[in-house]
Amino acid sequence: MGSHDLRLSRRDALKGAGALVIGLSLPIAGAKAQQAPKGPPPIHPNAFVRIGADDSVTVIVKHIEFGQGPYTGLATLAAEELDADWSKVRAESAPANAKLYANLQLGAQLTGGSSAIANSYDQMRRAGAMARALLVEAAATEWKVPPAEIDVKKGVMSHAASGRSSGFGPFAAAAAKLPMPRQVKLKDPSAFTLIGTDQAGRKLDSADKVTGRAKFTIDQNAPDMLTVLVARSPRFGGSVKSFDAAEALKIKGVVAVKQVSSGIAVYARGMWPAIKGRKALRVEWDDSAAEMRGSEDMIAAYLEQTRKPGAVHRKAGNADAAIAAGGTVIEADYVFPYLAHAPMEPLDGFIIWDGTTARARFGSQGQTFDQGAIAKVLGIATDKVDIETLYAGGSFGRRATPTSHLAVELAEVARAMPPGTPVKLVWTREDDIHGGYYRPLIVHRLRGAVKDGKISGWSNTIMGQSFMIGSPFEAMAAPNGIDASMSEGASQLLYEIADFQCDAHVAKSPVPTLWWRSVGHTHTGYAVECFVDQLLIAAGKDPVAGRLAMMGKSPRAAAVLKAVAELARWKGPGGANGRARGVAVVESFNSFVAQIAEVSIDDNGEPKVHKVWAAVDCGVAVNPDVIRAQLEGGIGYALGHALYAEVPLAEGLPTVSNFNDYRSLRINEMPEIEVAIVKSAEPPTGIGEPGVPPLAPAVANAMAALGHKRPSRLPMVRA
Amino acid sequence: MAFILKVNGTERNVDVDEDTPLLWVLRDDLGLTGTKFGCGVAMCGACTVHMDGQPLRACAMPVSGVTGEITTIEAVDGREARAVQDAWIAHDVPQCGYCQSGQVMSAVALLRENPKPNDRDIDLAMNGNLCRCATYVRIRAAIHSAASALEA
Repeated sequence: MGSHDLRLSRRDALKGAGALVIGLSLPIAGAKAQQAPKGPPPIHPNAFVRIGADDSVTVIVKHIEFGQGPYTGLATLAAEELDADWSKVRAESAPANAKLYANLQLGAQLTGGSSAIANSYDQMRRAGAMARALLVEAAATEWKVPPAEIDVKKGVMSHAASGRSSGFGPFAAAAAKLPMPRQVKLKDPSAFTLIGTDQAGRKLDSADKVTGRAKFTIDQNAPDMLTVLVARSPRFGGSVKSFDAAEALKIKGVVAVKQVSSGIAVYARGMWPAIKGRKALRVEWDDSAAEMRGSEDMIAAYLEQTRKPGAVHRKAGNADAAIAAGGTVIEADYVFPYLAHAPMEPLDGFIIWDGTTARARFGSQGQTFDQGAIAKVLGIATDKVDIETLYAGGSFGRRATPTSHLAVELAEVARAMPPGTPVKLVWTREDDIHGGYYRPLIVHRLRGAVKDGKISGWSNTIMGQSFMIGSPFEAMAAPNGIDASMSEGASQLLYEIADFQCDAHVAKSPVPTLWWRSVGHTHTGYAVECFVDQLLIAAGKDPVAGRLAMMGKSPRAAAVLKAVAELARWKGPGGANGRARGVAVVESFNSFVAQIAEVSIDDNGEPKVHKVWAAVDCGVAVNPDVIRAQLEGGIGYALGHALYAEVPLAEGLPTVSNFNDYRSLRINEMPEIEVAIVKSAEPPTGIGEPGVPPLAPAVANAMAALGHKRPSRLPMVRA
Repeated sequence: MAFILKVNGTERNVDVDEDTPLLWVLRDDLGLTGTKFGCGVAMCGACTVHMDGQPLRACAMPVSGVTGEITTIEAVDGREARAVQDAWIAHDVPQCGYCQSGQVMSAVALLRENPKPNDRDIDLAMNGNLCRCATYVRIRAAIHSAASALEA
């Protein structure tokens, strides 16, 4: 993967390679976007695996690669069952086609919920096994031997008795003509050679990413392409009242200025004239429908509202009565700011609209929705919209939106120009930080009681915006007005507490909000794991032993907690020598992660995290090193935001703009990390997100052991 | 305005405004897209190139201020560059990969100055290069590996 040459598109390349493709039935003429049928679709190995005459094995990956490793992961699954030679394996992105490439968990072509490996585990293995069966059958026919006598190892088919052997390539064309096997037998895990093993340099995309060869959306180019920046309302919910393009059009290189629904688009020959042109625009904004409050106003209102219970998300026993029944009553509020995802590559997209069809290339995270959105703007059928999904420079949730706002803007800026004009829409970093789609500003209020050395009651009221309610996903994700993503991790604890309540108020604001790496767990993990720690300390319990005593119904979570305690040689929080340890454990995306953080407080009173130990159970560990990498990265991402990140609003305006004030973790702030992967035979579950939630509460709990309070408001280090 | 730049060993003529950052000259005028845009204000290091061998944030350097020979990720070479890129691959450092051109350019410059950097040297040389995927543990390990390989 790596080359997206304009003159020879991937599909053209497929056409040219037609004879060598195993029964290729990819929709060459145009991808049809359809709602996926109920249940898993039949496997078409041809849609997922292509064998070249040169023995190359190309795995077609339905999930976008923006760092979490699906190219390598899905290729590993197919290659395992194919018994391929890993050095011959490549990955490329699947076209937009919901019928073939729907996420089997989510029902549309969409990467999210840490589901890439989980939903592909069976599908990609079966695709690999089918391709293997077809190749073996073709060889058996040619060699006139029974297929069962053919052995396949590292991409070589061999027949011991006759001494014949061959790579896959010579049989690709013959295999392509054979009917699909109805059934294939998958390997017993004991026979795995790729799944569950480490290999230096396993990842398929590393080489292109260290040489500058990997092509991202921002790298797209075409003859006469225009670079487009859009001036958007400084306030959320604002709109254009009037604009004057005269000065902008005087900038050398600026060729057009057009109004689109998101603002005023400046078209230029290159990025710098586009930046200067946009700066020279005069726009008057209408703020009559805009958010005019500041974050502090919202926080004050939410804190007040959470004194009253909201809509019940889960209730067991009677929390209020249990808390009123005596013992030590503890209360805590936790305040979480708006957060930007700030992927290294800001949002961008490339499109050519010729008046009849559209060809888009970008980091589409939800191809089915983006394809539909572009088609709607351009007034064409979805099968007239071709999306080539490119590498994206990070996402953390940002590139998938229920409204496909980026795809809509991309189509609108194309539509505003004469057909045939290639356009590249780019957001600057300021556009990104000011652009909304934030992790919602959230307040948690907790009340609990400790009686006779036990937690006797737990009550949690949450308030914040819902990104499901009012979105196209509402019916699916928030039936009856209950958005479970607001309370996931808080409504169902890993701990047995008989008298329990979790409820939530939904706040309204024009500020658009969105899932952010680990979704609800970004805040529930902190609130729950800080509060349970506080209650356990009040009850005189050890934070690890105290948790384990309540985890009888959560054996896999208990196992990772034990594993991390063992890894870190846990002997309690400590704190005597100026360093203390804190622990947290969270289940998210069906995976279990426990972390222990060792922390000191520096001369400025700021926490310094020296080391983090992590234990994870994510089912079968397909690529253990990718799992370690995701925990390392998840910990760093979580720590940077917990320490420093906030998008505050003042009178509706974001007061931070770029990495100078939306501060990100740097290498000197990165802790040492040690990871244990708990061996499991369960089907694989998520890994892109689950490393995030336990980190911040583990740090806060260590701070408490050092005699500092658990920060009740994030970020911990506030300007 | 016309400028003559020496980029990757070749003299290139460009006609751009004098305030155009080197980054956009490289990317938009010379087609060298390996150097990335991340912030535009020299806060993230994704645009790191070498000017006469020294790391430079191309997004904050106007073309009119370029006084030396520019090397980009497409042409960086020599034993330190090979050691760094090999170590990056062996450790599978990249996740999204978008910042890694800049990380590699900074690491190569570090090893040319200091063939055996300690952790503090690495912190000082690399803390201008953000990685939102937080691949820092592996960046550090890969620099140590590259240093060992150069020593061997």
